[in-house]
Amino acid sequence: MARRGPGALPGFGLALGWTLTWLSLIVLVPLATLVWKSTDLGWAQFWALATSKRALASYQLTFGTALAAATVNLVLGTVVAWVLVRYRFWGQSVVDALVDVPFALPTAVSGLAITAALAPRGWIGSVLADHGVRVVYTRYGIAIALIFTGLPFVVRSVQPLLQQLEPELEEAATMLGASRWQTVTRVVLPAIAPAALTGFALALARGIGEYGSVVFIAGNRPMSTEITPLLIMTRLENYDYAGATALALVMLVVSFALLLGINLLQAWSRRRGAAA
Amino acid sequence: MEPAAGSGGVAVAGAAPSRLASGATARPPSAPTEPPWVRRLLIAVALGFLGLFVVVPIAVVIDQALSQGLGVYRRAVTDPAARDAIALTLKVAAIAVPLNLVFGVAAAWAIAHFRFRGRALLLTLIDLPFAVSPVISGMVFVLLFGAHGLLGPTLRAHWPGLTIIFGLPGIVLATVFVTFPFVARELIPVMEAQGAEEEEAARVLGASGWQMFWWVTLPKIRWGLLYGVILCNARAMGEFGAVSVVSGHIRGRTNTVPLHVEILYNEYNYAAAFAVASLLLLLALVTLAAKRLVEHRARVVDAAPLDPAPLDPDDAPAARLVPTEAAP
Repeated sequence: MARRGPGALPGFGLALGWTLTWLSLIVLVPLATLVWKSTDLGWAQFWALATSKRALASYQLTFGTALAAATVNLVLGTVVAWVLVRYRFWGQSVVDALVDVPFALPTAVSGLAITAALAPRGWIGSVLADHGVRVVYTRYGIAIALIFTGLPFVVRSVQPLLQQLEPELEEAATMLGASRWQTVTRVVLPAIAPAALTGFALALARGIGEYGSVVFIAGNRPMSTEITPLLIMTRLENYDYAGATALALVMLVVSFALLLGINLLQAWSRRRGAAA
Repeated sequence: MEPAAGSGGVAVAGAAPSRLASGATARPPSAPTEPPWVRRLLIAVALGFLGLFVVVPIAVVIDQALSQGLGVYRRAVTDPAARDAIALTLKVAAIAVPLNLVFGVAAAWAIAHFRFRGRALLLTLIDLPFAVSPVISGMVFVLLFGAHGLLGPTLRAHWPGLTIIFGLPGIVLATVFVTFPFVARELIPVMEAQGAEEEEAARVLGASGWQMFWWVTLPKIRWGLLYGVILCNARAMGEFGAVSVVSGHIRGRTNTVPLHVEILYNEYNYAAAFAVASLLLLLALVTLAAKRLVEHRARVVDAAPLDPAPLDPDDAPAARLVPTEAAP
């Protein structure tokens, strides 16, 4: 659409110049500082700090709970998207709006609210307590908080693709004798798979870095319910900049890798979308 | 997010994907569907999931905020410390949002209307702040401007009175970082979808670059711009992790509303914590309502003339009003 060289429209130099300046000042230089600070450490010290027992326990917890939460969102988010696109029911537009609440609600508020709901005397916690189940200050509580923060990603990735899917595809499958189950699993799900996986990766990336909604429910005991972002925070508060830098670099590398993976998934998803 | 939007890269944490440029295909009532019991089951699963994970937390905030009565609520939100926190949050957003607004317009103009080397890389770099943990977003500024940071000692030697970390500048920097991609991310697909024919016409008719921008481009992108600003503002006012790292939690001075909520909670002052949190909940609900309104306006005002005329009578807009399912 806009495939023209610089010159046809004015302002390219100014716009790009300002973009690059601002990007460098706000994002690139600060992030480069982190990388540069970590070269101060030396390889042996970096490795020792990044793979200490406490750090390894925090990675396991952070990645494990984020993965579990993203998986729940992959399945239930696809169901929500399906229901919102394919069915009509009373209060649908309100339900659709509710999906965005986790994006709009500040993380500290969601953290407090989820903790209060799940506390032994809370609305849901008291029911769980009757059955001898306790989720606050455990990894299950962390996973629940991450399900909340990651909820919109799969829904909002899958929804537009599902809307654009040609009904003719499914009609053809039905006319060729496929059962409804076969049509959904062999025709519809493969078509929305790239979008669903993109949403999954987005929820995963968000969950790994999440801080505000998790700290209140995690209990934050070292080696058991201490997520990596919180461990970084603790190191910073103790002025242990070397320890914080090593952990932050590990997380930054993981974030980069996920961002790259998400970009590839999106390209795939767009090709699917164009082909469908 | 939208397959319809032509740009690579993606909005990660905290970004509500744009819904401004999407067009839905109406499903004819004859389309194959599931048996009624499956439909009911799936709707029940979806509603149960959203009820437990979204409605319950909202209700809990309201319930807890009012648990000690209206008097406690009013005292909590009008307390001097709360008022200072609200003032600081408004001030931070008033600085950070316009900065990212200007950046967003510049970035979208360059990326949507021009093809150049490194364009895809630039898009990915703009998304970076969404992929980075909020704690790291705050931490990088401590490494840069803190007492033991890269520039901290030099700055202190030249401007002894200047505090960046544990002061307003640090909070603004961290906020600008975490809200960096919002406006650009919303505007790029909008500008790409709209094209630049009107701008070119304005130029041919003799408009200067700025005249073209103020009289043609800005009115064209106003809904997309507003949409980005709404989302950017919500995140700027609600940011917790990044601001927590750089603020130092000095009551009355560097305490934003989310940090004030945390302090009250850690002092076991639950009713007050939830009362102040309810203000943030209100902000979130107003944000969502405004977002819906803009989506609606954008679809009615801007998108409609761009939609190609429906060729197939089954695809006519009226068909969208027909329920695709028989009522269960």
